[in-house]
Amino acid sequence: MSASLETIQLPHLPSSLAAHAALYKDVQNSSYLRQQLLSANTEFEYAFIDASMILSRAHALSAVFRAANDYLNGRLKSRNVHSEIVFSLSPTNNIADSFRKFGIADTTSRLLVVKISVTPDITHESVAAHLEQNVQGSQIPFDDATLSEISDVTKIKKAYKLGSLPSAAPNQTNGTPGNAKKQLELSVLGAISLRGAT
Amino acid sequence: MTEYTPPPLPPPFNTTTTPPTLIYQGAEAHLYKTTFLTPTTHAALKIRPSKPYRHPILDRRLTRARILQEARCLHKLVKEGVSVPAVLGLDWEGDARNSNSDSASGGGGGGGGGSWLAMEWVEGEVVRAVLERWERYVKDLQRTTGEGVVMDKEERKVRALMKKIGTAVGSLHKAGVIHGDLTTSNLILRPDSHGQAESGDAAAGASPSLEGEIVMIDFGLASQSSQDEDRAVDLYVLERAFGSSHPRAEGFFEEVLAGYRESYKGAGSALKRLEDVRMRGRKRSMIG
Repeated sequence: MSASLETIQLPHLPSSLAAHAALYKDVQNSSYLRQQLLSANTEFEYAFIDASMILSRAHALSAVFRAANDYLNGRLKSRNVHSEIVFSLSPTNNIADSFRKFGIADTTSRLLVVKISVTPDITHESVAAHLEQNVQGSQIPFDDATLSEISDVTKIKKAYKLGSLPSAAPNQTNGTPGNAKKQLELSVLGAISLRGAT
Repeated sequence: MTEYTPPPLPPPFNTTTTPPTLIYQGAEAHLYKTTFLTPTTHAALKIRPSKPYRHPILDRRLTRARILQEARCLHKLVKEGVSVPAVLGLDWEGDARNSNSDSASGGGGGGGGGSWLAMEWVEGEVVRAVLERWERYVKDLQRTTGEGVVMDKEERKVRALMKKIGTAVGSLHKAGVIHGDLTTSNLILRPDSHGQAESGDAAAGASPSLEGEIVMIDFGLASQSSQDEDRAVDLYVLERAFGSSHPRAEGFFEEVLAGYRESYKGAGSALKRLEDVRMRGRKRSMIG
């Protein structure tokens, strides 16, 4: 079974703003993809995310929701809704820093790609075809089980300054591994939601 | 009488194909049940509608400050591992464009303008309802069988529940947060996830379950403080809530305080302060 591009309709967002997401491993041409972003090639308007910085689907989707909501309200802080997704993952207001931490790097091998249908000509088929042509890697399912194998919990905790949270080891009184993971995920969702609140 | 229509929802909820359902309305906010991020993730959506009688600029500042205050407290508590609903999403600006045009046209209509806060949905029932059911059960029991072994068992159950409440409030205060409105309606008894099948009303005559985890909700009046005075007032408000709503459980309030005392290091001095607060009431005397 091979995974393929998934089209996600987030609750409450207009159906015209569908999100398309695909997860890759063994990506060979990260440096090329990153270069396209830097040169602002409009063909490559994607959120290219370092998948090791993503805990779960909910983590990624909350950044997508925040970016889409800010887009709908005309409040984007970065160039477009796709760069805003990467920025939205960050708990801080520094855009460059958010790309360093959560965006694609030349060495990224596990890549999460998100594209939002901001215009009607961006469809599941068009995105799938374009990614097929341009991302050299193998697609894996965009689900919590796969993400939990990929994610670098130590780096994520550091990025969100959540080092004091219980680790996955059952050391807390009520700290089963599942609880620690859940608590980290919920803390991250809170940090994403509250970014920029002064 | 015209039927009440709640104020229009702020975007994106005004155009959603899965409209949230109103479950509670307070003076400051409306609470909806909805889904968030996935169609199967239940969430509580709190909306603070704009108040047309306030100056638009002041209105926006107050709404923004209050929704952020609540979200910050919840976020802090989640990080500390206190059982409260987590923040899933937030918009403190609300519909900026809409409220701008409102102010241009001189306020009035009170369009959207509301900011919103999406929180984790907490399963279970509020402690108020749980205790009321328990009190009815105990009352019936006393009428039909008189005092006895069963009462001992019921007393143990309710004491355990009260102690859990004290522990929960203690963990809240330990984290440096004051709830501001602790009542039995703002505590939810969440059944253990490996749940007993919804007993509920199915076995109407059975002894009601008091098992589960205490989750504190509604941080609309919460603030961050570590002062004994604030902590004591929080406890005092809860004590009065028990006194007025749960006469049969009130006698076991000492268990709340016992659970509280064991929950963190500074609990003793807060409890000492509680005695002062009981003497004078919630309002602090103003001197000078």
